Amino acid sequence: MATRAARLSAEPAAGQAATVRGLTRSFGDRRVLGGIDLDIARGEFVALLGRSGSGKSTLLRVLAGLDREARGEIGVDAAVAVSFQEPRLVPWKRVLANVALGLRGHDPVGRARAALAEVGLTKHLNAWPLTLSGGEAQRVSLARALVREPALLLLDEPFGALDALTRISMHRLVLDLWERHRPGILLVTHDVDEALLLADRVLVLDEGRIAHESAVPLARPRHRDHHDLVALRAGLLRRLGVDPEETA
Amino acid sequence: MASTELDLPAASRAAPVRWRLPGTGWRLVSPLALLALWQLASSTGLLPERLLAAPSAVAATALDLVSSGTLPEALAVSLGRVAAGFSVGAVAGVGLALVAGLSRAGEYAVDPPMQMLRALPLFGLIPLFILWFGIGETPKVTLLALGVAFPLYLNTFAGIRGVDAKLAEVAEVLRLSRGELIRHVVLPGALPQVLVGLRQSLGVGWLVLIVAEQVNADSGLGYMINDAREFLRTDVIVVGLLVYCALGLVTDWLVRLLERRALAWRRGLLG
Ligand SMILES: Nc1ncnc2c1ncn2[C@@H]1O[C@H](COP(=O)(O)OP(=O)(O)OP(=O)(O)O)[C@@H](O)[C@H]1O
Ligand SMILES: [Mg+2]
Repeated sequence: MATRAARLSAEPAAGQAATVRGLTRSFGDRRVLGGIDLDIARGEFVALLGRSGSGKSTLLRVLAGLDREARGEIGVDAAVAVSFQEPRLVPWKRVLANVALGLRGHDPVGRARAALAEVGLTKHLNAWPLTLSGGEAQRVSLARALVREPALLLLDEPFGALDALTRISMHRLVLDLWERHRPGILLVTHDVDEALLLADRVLVLDEGRIAHESAVPLARPRHRDHHDLVALRAGLLRRLGVDPEETA
Repeated sequence: MASTELDLPAASRAAPVRWRLPGTGWRLVSPLALLALWQLASSTGLLPERLLAAPSAVAATALDLVSSGTLPEALAVSLGRVAAGFSVGAVAGVGLALVAGLSRAGEYAVDPPMQMLRALPLFGLIPLFILWFGIGETPKVTLLALGVAFPLYLNTFAGIRGVDAKLAEVAEVLRLSRGELIRHVVLPGALPQVLVGLRQSLGVGWLVLIVAEQVNADSGLGYMINDAREFLRTDVIVVGLLVYCALGLVTDWLVRLLERRALAWRRGLLG
């Protein structure tokens, strides 16, 4: 993007979808991000945990190129796509037109249709966004991001507003799409289980820094009562300031 | 217990049958009664024709005016004025709102003078306009254009500035060009408010027409009404008023139709 005034380097290091060094962001006197170092490899699935207000969305907006006030070395692949916490569909465009919006190159509408088929929404191509259920709208948002064939896909609590059952099928869908297209993914979430079920690596953001990092070297699909996950969960919960005994 | 339960439905079924009339039918009852009362008052001489003609006389006069060509002619002149004034005003109002709404520089250039002009009493300008433009069509069309321009300007400007910033962010991450942002996000987002402005400006437009035609005119509906006053023809005046009414209702209905089509995406929400 042309508007990255704060960036010292706009390209990530080789083999990476994003490389960030010493990223800081303050709102007035409040320093929300105080020196973030972060690498996301191509094809790597990274989850970002953190308490509410810890700066997760702020970090994601910087990576998406939506924040011009951030300082630091920020390299992000040009092919970056975002799905926000709310689906943010354009309400006066039908589902298909939403996915095709701004899409360049060969046969945008055909590609948009294929992306919607991938998320299982062939039946709703002509629906108005306001008539969709929350889960359907979120899937459209996902299709709109994926159809751009991103090298880095940023997901800001995309399942936050969904019921437990829809969440489970969305987890499957995201894993499925990730395995097929292999973008680097940064998934912002406050759900430890979600992070552990999906990601290769789980980061914890605290006090403006990446305070903790856990690799999750387990094959997918994963089961939440797998004993390695149970141990990881306890560790992460403690990092987040929750006593694992209380939630068990 | 059982016997009362059996009795109740029969009793409650009887009541609605006695008064069955569709909802719209009910709403017609009191206007029709008033009309009958008006007719009665006129026929008995309680309401002299000098003050207000009887409904039957109004109807007969309406037919006369139509068949003689007086009314169609006057209507054509008035509609021509509104069309001219409305087109100029709409283009100016929406055009200026686009300039002001789509850039800061445009806002600084256009908005302050518009806000100042808006405070001017429209009808207070009539003497000045007569001095500037004489008493022909120009002052009437100019007054109409001004009356139409302001509601459209204010609403279009507010509509553009009120477009959801979150959608602007979406446009940015989807890498829309500025032109695409305006075309796909800003203008459709402003449209509901523009249509509110359209409805307001049509309301103002008819009012301005009536006033402008009263002040001085040698043709048009206003002239027809004024002329009738000189001859105490209250029937002609009432016909003229009814035509103004009908025109207002028709344009309002047209805007509603336009809204229904253009804002179909909201229908899912509104049912
Ligand atoms: N535009 C802004 N102006 C001022 N303060 C802001 C702004 N954006 C974010 N903040 C502040 O920065 C902090 C981090 O916000 P952020 O939205 O990144 O939190 P988060 O980790 O995403 O929280 P949540 O899990 O609740 O979404 C918050 O305290 C918030 O008030
Ligand atoms: Mg957030």
